[in-house]
Amino acid sequence: MAEPLLELRNLRKSYGALVVTDDVNISVQPGELHAIIGPNGAGKTTLIHQISGMLPSNSGQILFIGEDISQLSMPQRVERGLARSFQITSILPGFSALENVALAVQARSGSSFRFFGNASRENDLNGLAMECLGEVGLAARARIPAGLLSHGEKRQLELAVGLATAPKLLLLDEPLAGTGHDESQRVVETLRRLKSRLTIVLIEHDMEAVFSLADRVSVLVYGRVIATDTPERVRANPDVRAAYLGEEELV
Amino acid sequence: MTEIAETPSAPAPSLTTRLEIVPVVLFTAFAAAPLLAAYSGAEGYVLSLLTRVMIFGIAAMALDLILGYGALVSFGHAAFLGLGGYAVGILASHGFEDALVQIPIALAASAAFAFVTGAISLRTKGVYFIMITLAFGQMLYFLATSLAPYGGDDGMTLASRSLIAGSAWLKNDFTFYWICLLCLLGAYALSRSIVVSRFGRVLRGTRENAVRMEAIGFRPFRFQLAAYVISGIMAGLAGCLLANQAEFISPSFMTWQRSGELIFMVVLGGLGSLHGAIIGAAAFLLLEEFLPEILHMASFFLAEETRAHLAENWKMVFGPLLILIVLFARGGIMGLLRRPHHG
Ligand SMILES: Nc1ncnc2c1ncn2[C@@H]1O[C@H](COP(=O)(O)OP(=O)(O)OP(=O)(O)O)[C@@H](O)[C@H]1O
Ligand SMILES: [Mg+2]
Repeated sequence: MAEPLLELRNLRKSYGALVVTDDVNISVQPGELHAIIGPNGAGKTTLIHQISGMLPSNSGQILFIGEDISQLSMPQRVERGLARSFQITSILPGFSALENVALAVQARSGSSFRFFGNASRENDLNGLAMECLGEVGLAARARIPAGLLSHGEKRQLELAVGLATAPKLLLLDEPLAGTGHDESQRVVETLRRLKSRLTIVLIEHDMEAVFSLADRVSVLVYGRVIATDTPERVRANPDVRAAYLGEEELV
Repeated sequence: MTEIAETPSAPAPSLTTRLEIVPVVLFTAFAAAPLLAAYSGAEGYVLSLLTRVMIFGIAAMALDLILGYGALVSFGHAAFLGLGGYAVGILASHGFEDALVQIPIALAASAAFAFVTGAISLRTKGVYFIMITLAFGQMLYFLATSLAPYGGDDGMTLASRSLIAGSAWLKNDFTFYWICLLCLLGAYALSRSIVVSRFGRVLRGTRENAVRMEAIGFRPFRFQLAAYVISGIMAGLAGCLLANQAEFISPSFMTWQRSGELIFMVVLGGLGSLHGAIIGAAAFLLLEEFLPEILHMASFFLAEETRAHLAENWKMVFGPLLILIVLFARGGIMGLLRRPHHG
C-alpha cells in the first residue's frame, strides 16, 4: 500500500471521566472514500473535530501526508489541504450562497489584507465559486442569502464551501442529515463524482449511501474502532452486527 | 459546535443605489451648512456645534467599523479621543504646534495603543471583551488625571489651534469646519472601501460565524486586530480635531460615559452602515443641545414654573427617549430610512 494520506495513531479525547474517542487508529489511503459509521454518540463528530483541529486531543497523533499536524491550528490544517463540513450546518447566513463559497476561494488565493477594490466583484473568485456551486447543483441559487436556503440546500452549500478550499482530503460529517429523498440522491451522486478526484472521509447514518459509496468502512462504537474493512466484510462482521443489534439500518 | 444565528444581518455593503441617497444628502447638508450659518445670526455657534457633530461622526464611524462590521463591542473607544487630544495638547505645550508633526504622532500613538490593547482584548469574547476594553479605557483616563504638568484632573487650555505648515489657518472657524468635513469625508470613503474589500469581507464573515471562517482557512484574530487598529487611528484623528475645536483638553475626553455615548451614537444611527454612525452622532448631539428648548416649547400647556423645571431636568427625558428610540426603531435611524424601500 502507498503511504496513507491521513493516519490517526492512538487518538484519544475525553471530557473528564467520559472517554469519547479511545485509542483510535485509522489510516486513509489516497483516493479512497473512507466511511466512519457508528451508533449515536459513538464519537464520530468528536473525531472529525480532532482531525480538523477544532478540538485538541488528549493524546495520540494525526499524520497528514506524512506530517504530524496534531499541534496545528484549524486554519493551518486547511492550508495543508484538509477541509471539513459540519453536522450542524455552519454557514454565513447573511452572505449569498456565492459569497459563502467565494470567501473560501479567497482564503487560498492571495492575501486577504487588501483594503481596496470590491471583493464581491472579483471575477476570478466568483468564477471558481460558481464552479463549486455547479458541482453540488446550487448554481441557480447563487444569489440567494444562505440563511434563506432550504435545509437541504444548506447541506449542499456546506459541501460546496468545503470543495472551494481545494482540499486534498474532505471530511464530511453527515452530509445527508435531514435532507429529503431527492436532495440526498443528488448529494450521493455528487459524492460519487468527487470520489474520483478527492480523498473523502464520510460520516453517515444512511447505510444505503455508505455501502454504495465507500471503499472501506470503519466502525466506531463507544469511541473505539471495532472494525475497518470493505463494506461487504463489515456488513458480515459479527461484532458490528452485535453493536447494531436492534437497529435495522444495517440489515 | 456552532449555532448559526439566523438573525437578519446588515445587508452586504453593496448598497443599492437608492440607499446611496442618504450619504449624498448628508454630505451635501454638511457642505451647505456654513453658507446657511452665515444667515442664522449665530454663525459661530452653529459652526462650532456642527464641527463637533462631524468630529464625533468620525469617532462613531470608527467604532461602527469594528462594532457594526466586526461585532466587537469596544467600551473604551473614548480613550482614542483622549490620546489624539492629549497628543496635540502635550506636543503644543512643548512648542510643537504644527499639525504636520502632531497628527502623525497622535495617529501613531493611537495605532500603538490599539495594537497592544487589541492584541490582549481580542483574546477574549463577548462580555469579557467589553470589560477589558473598558478597563484599558479607564487606565488611560486615570493616567490623564495624574498628568499634573498637563493639568491633571482639570485639563489644560491650548494656547491656540494647531498650525498647518507654519500658518494659522485653523484659527478661522470656517477653515476649521472645512478641514473637519474633509477628514469626515476621507474617513468615510476609506471605511466604505474597507468594508467591501477582501479584508472587510473577512471581517464581516467573522462577525457572522468565526468558526466557519477558521474552517475555510482564515485566522480571524489577525483581521480583527487590524480592524481594531484602523478604528483606533480614526478615532485618534477625531481626538486631534476635538482638542482643536475645544482649544482645550481634559480627562473628560475619555471617560467611560463618553465611550458609552459613542456606542449609543452608533446604535442610534444604525449598526453597520457607516453613514448611520454619522447620523447617530448628529442626532445625539443635536438632541442633547436642543432638548431643553424643545421640552420648553412642547410643554406650552403647563404652568411656566413646571416648564422651566422640565427644561432644566431635560436629562430625565433624554435617557428614556434614547431607550425608546433604540427599542422601537430597530436598526436605528438607518433602519427607519430603509424600511419604506423594502416593505
Ligand atoms: N463538549 C462536550 N462535553 C461533554 N461531553 C460531550 C461533549 N461533546 C460531546 N460529548 C459527548 O461525547 C459523545 C460523542 O459525541 P459525538 O457528537 O462525537 O457523537 P457522534 O458519534 O457524532 O453522534 P451522532 O451520530 O449523534 O452525531 C456523546 O456521548 C456526547 O454526549
Ligand atoms: Mg455527530
